[in-house]
Amino acid sequence: MQWIFDFFGSSVGKKLMMALTGLCFIGFLTGHLIGNLTLYGGRDAFNAYAEHLHALGPVITLVEWGLLTLAAIHVFTGMLLFLQNLKARPVRYAINKSGGGRTISSALMPYTGFAILLFLIYHLLQFHFVDKTFTTIYDIVSLAFANVLNISFYIIAMVVVALHIRHGFWSLFQTLGANHPKYMPMVMGGSLVFSLIFGIGFGFLPVYISFSG
Amino acid sequence: MTKTINLTLKIWRQSGPGSKGRLETYIANTISTDMSFLEMLDVVNEQLTLDGKEPIAFDYDCREGICGQCGCVVNGRPHGPENGTTLCQLHMRHFSDGDTIFVEPFRARAFKIVKDLVIDRSPLDKIIQAGGYISASTGGCQDANAILIPQDTAEKAMDAAACIGCGACVAACPNASAMLFVSAKVSHLVLLPQGRPEAAQRVVSMLKTMDELCFGNCSNERECEAECPKEISIINIARMNREYIKAGIASTVQ
Repeated sequence: MQWIFDFFGSSVGKKLMMALTGLCFIGFLTGHLIGNLTLYGGRDAFNAYAEHLHALGPVITLVEWGLLTLAAIHVFTGMLLFLQNLKARPVRYAINKSGGGRTISSALMPYTGFAILLFLIYHLLQFHFVDKTFTTIYDIVSLAFANVLNISFYIIAMVVVALHIRHGFWSLFQTLGANHPKYMPMVMGGSLVFSLIFGIGFGFLPVYISFSG
Repeated sequence: MTKTINLTLKIWRQSGPGSKGRLETYIANTISTDMSFLEMLDVVNEQLTLDGKEPIAFDYDCREGICGQCGCVVNGRPHGPENGTTLCQLHMRHFSDGDTIFVEPFRARAFKIVKDLVIDRSPLDKIIQAGGYISASTGGCQDANAILIPQDTAEKAMDAAACIGCGACVAACPNASAMLFVSAKVSHLVLLPQGRPEAAQRVVSMLKTMDELCFGNCSNERECEAECPKEISIINIARMNREYIKAGIASTVQ
């Protein structure tokens, strides 16, 4: 059994955990976005979607705990990597200049990651851990997005998410060893497309709701 | 007529591994643009020696771009601003009159500074040692073409084998990771049939040693391949990741 800890404990093993959990989050976000598109159908469509989702009962609870576990692994491993990487160069350079490999998105990875964690806590407190006895989820959402500050906050958060995915998506393929001259251009393109779909897809919802609401 | 330029140099001086270093300013006047960067440092050192001062210590050996011994961070970039060039092959014609040039050693926790710009690269040797041997048949010589290797495979292995172990990938990596170096060494053996028998043990041992020597973790920033004087691609890192996954979950290597 020790081999499992050795395997995932190495530098490549830790990156593998980041890649696999990250891939799961891309899957989750895809589902989340498709579900949220029912908001364009109006109050009844969105509430019906939420009801159907909650009707799954124990399945949803299982998925929630699963996501929480994945998030714990992603966050903990990410922090460990960040601290180890800081320690790997105790004396910094007086002049730092990129040779052209780094992008804004790759350089900000640990910071966008941490920002997403904070956003996630806020997001769950606002829409998930809230008493829905005398109201519906659509009313909570439309009330929240009547506030301009809240709309701006969500849009900024979605830009941050898009930046994180921009590097994370292709990076996970590279970490899993899936770098092939035939497919890598598609993965790179996919990285941009996914970040734009999630950024615009989620980011436009608050704007739409505030205007339609 | 040789063109000459005047430069201001800010060079890292450090008397020994444990001591505190600092950037010191030197003036280098009438430097021929045909000189290499190291020849320019030779000129500065000659003057320092004549003035009775301690010359700047820097590493070099072949000065032909093939040994991997030289290398400093010039204006924030390992081996200077030119792509696919070692420091000894960087010529002063790439600089302009009046430039201020910052020269720092390759910085990583794993690379101890010996003196000034000289670093101890032996951790890279330790990683290679951890890779072990390849099995070779003893006895009579077999026919040279007995083992078939496609041209394309041989080229990939040769591209990886072009690594001169200079450490620029570590210096360029925002995380001071040695992944490009290790992946080049793993790739150049694993691509060839002769390197297959010990492939699993090799990748696991080399990575373990890399981690133990306190190199950072790869985060796919791609600075390494941008700065590598031999332009080694990160496709080798993906290959090493594959080999590591295979070795970890499908082989009996612990």
